[in-house]
Amino acid sequence: MKLTRRSFVAGASAIALAAPATIGRAQDGKIKFVSILDQSGGLDIYGAPMVETTKMAIDDINAAGGLNGREVELILYDAQSNIQLYTQYATQAAAGDRADTVHAGITSASREAIRPTFARFNTLYFYNTQYEGGVCDFNNFNTGSTPAQTVAKVVPYVMNKWGKKVYIVAADYNYGQITAQWMQKFVKDNGGETLGVEFFPLDVTNFGPTIQKIQGAKPDLVISALVGGAHVSFYKQYAAAGMNKEIPIASTTFGVGNEQTLISPEEGEGLIAAYSYFEAVDNPVNKAFLERLTARLGPGRPTMNELSVRSYEGAMLWAEAVKAAGTADRAAVIEALRAPQSYTGPSGVVTIDPQTNHAVQNVYIAEVKNQKFEILESFSDQPPADTQLVCDLNANPNQNTFLFENGLEAAGIKL
Amino acid sequence: MDQVAALVIQLAYGVANLALISLGLAIIFGMMRVINLAHGEFLMLGGYTVVVATNNGVNLWIAMLILAPLVVGVIGVVVERLLIRWLYGRMVDTLLATWGLSLLLIGIVTSIFGASTATTVSVPIGVIRIGEYSVSGYDLFLIGVTLGLLGAVYAVLKLTKLGLVARGTMQNAEMASALGVSTSRIYMITFGLGAAVTGLAGGLLAPVTGVLPTIGATYIAKAFITVISGGASILAGTAAGSVLLGLVNGIFSFLTGPTFGEVALLLAAIVLLRLMPRGITGRFFRKSL
Repeated sequence: MKLTRRSFVAGASAIALAAPATIGRAQDGKIKFVSILDQSGGLDIYGAPMVETTKMAIDDINAAGGLNGREVELILYDAQSNIQLYTQYATQAAAGDRADTVHAGITSASREAIRPTFARFNTLYFYNTQYEGGVCDFNNFNTGSTPAQTVAKVVPYVMNKWGKKVYIVAADYNYGQITAQWMQKFVKDNGGETLGVEFFPLDVTNFGPTIQKIQGAKPDLVISALVGGAHVSFYKQYAAAGMNKEIPIASTTFGVGNEQTLISPEEGEGLIAAYSYFEAVDNPVNKAFLERLTARLGPGRPTMNELSVRSYEGAMLWAEAVKAAGTADRAAVIEALRAPQSYTGPSGVVTIDPQTNHAVQNVYIAEVKNQKFEILESFSDQPPADTQLVCDLNANPNQNTFLFENGLEAAGIKL
Repeated sequence: MDQVAALVIQLAYGVANLALISLGLAIIFGMMRVINLAHGEFLMLGGYTVVVATNNGVNLWIAMLILAPLVVGVIGVVVERLLIRWLYGRMVDTLLATWGLSLLLIGIVTSIFGASTATTVSVPIGVIRIGEYSVSGYDLFLIGVTLGLLGAVYAVLKLTKLGLVARGTMQNAEMASALGVSTSRIYMITFGLGAAVTGLAGGLLAPVTGVLPTIGATYIAKAFITVISGGASILAGTAAGSVLLGLVNGIFSFLTGPTFGEVALLLAAIVLLRLMPRGITGRFFRKSL
């Protein structure tokens, strides 16, 4: 018998009808892919482009004939920059929609709010955002870059370039707090000195007192992990006080909200950041990806960054694993992902690290020139060395914890 | 010494910043008793006017000082005619209606311009050196503008016929009406004026803050806290509230960091309102404007 898509689907449904207990999910034949991201509210500068690339990924998968002959259905929820809605939609996705996979969360706060839900409901969860590292969860794949991949590269680079005395400014929630600790560690490892660390609630718009303190401390450089629209004010006020010409800035967050276009060319010039993706990454996959994206969204399309491109690549990694497993069943897909699964996307090759369920990926250091990032240095196949310090899912798969919840002491790192 | 001078300017700027974002609200809430939850979005619209105008080649100063108040003032008049005028005297209803308005404005701006809009606006006016320290000349300019704006609003309310009629209408609309004043028109003008002042503030802050559709949310709470702490008098209240809260916020931010700066501001407001439920001008400067 020749196996056409139709006969396969018919056969699959017959099996599904005959054995509803074994195939509880996706009884209508479609594979359910749920995305929960902030399309509105203060975090939409990150979320809106991520939603666009997620849609594109699902369209690409379906245009190529779906997965194992089944169409993928995208269900989008807008969490509206509200943690409470994240938990609500996560429960809806896991218990109501019975999703085959959920790709969700931008801030680390939102991830920690919903991760336990997916562990409880056995729903495969992807978090496609760069973050502070330390999640050790068999059910959760963290494809974004972590500090050992980015901060560890950018800190020595800028310290060689600018000097050893560092001042740190960061957003006041788990991402900023923990990333600031990583920064201090890498500054110390490279023989530098941290002169000061300051944390800012997300709605602070007046940075005057801090800028004065930075002037008083006279560091060689400032490293920022500021987050969100209000914090863009820091770069503007820093430049207004003439500081951008005197004490340069490196950042682990500048750029993922396309901040380089929200401040003027003079204000942003020379700022250095490190991510696993910039539009300037030079490879044919990226070139084709950007061309297709422009054709899809028009010339006014959002600038791509790690968050939006990794949302696409995260979806594709999952899709490849579903193909390799021959099923969308959670256990089989996790096994395929940990085989490990690789995907060659716009950022280069992304491979799952089975020890941590994080991603081995390329990292690029880039500098802002006239509101665009230009790549200064590339590092290929960087492992998530930070999370590897504390997490071994091969030895102990049965866990779902966030090990850096109380900072880096879990990794035996003393500041 | 240099540091003290630079710090004093920073503190003054913090105070001026609060006064600037609150003054329009003081007119609309303090004078008209309309709880305008769309105040943050009026500020955002002022900022967007500047960004969009400068992206289209308009001179920054014209965009900030003329277009921003004009555009937001007109929007204010339209809002008053369509929405607010049906709700005078129903404070809680104005709260709900303007909350809806704020969501609507965010939605409209997002659907027209997207989640963020690229800008090329730099902070105008150069850097002023104080020994080893430097402050932005624009900060000094904003302090000056805030003082000027307070003066201008005082002059309009105290010295012009419009101001007199407006104050009379707010105190006793029926009596004003009986004396031949078109109270509906006065309400419209006052609301428009409050919106224009807010638009000007939003425009002036555009070069030093991020301009995004959702940025209003970061201002709204502080503006209300300042106006309520200030109490019944529009100008004296706003000025007193800004001075107190701005200084507390600035000093604590400098000493302990921004998180405690914000905490200290809120704590100061709570203690103040516990001791003086009618705000500063409910106890002091009661006869002031």
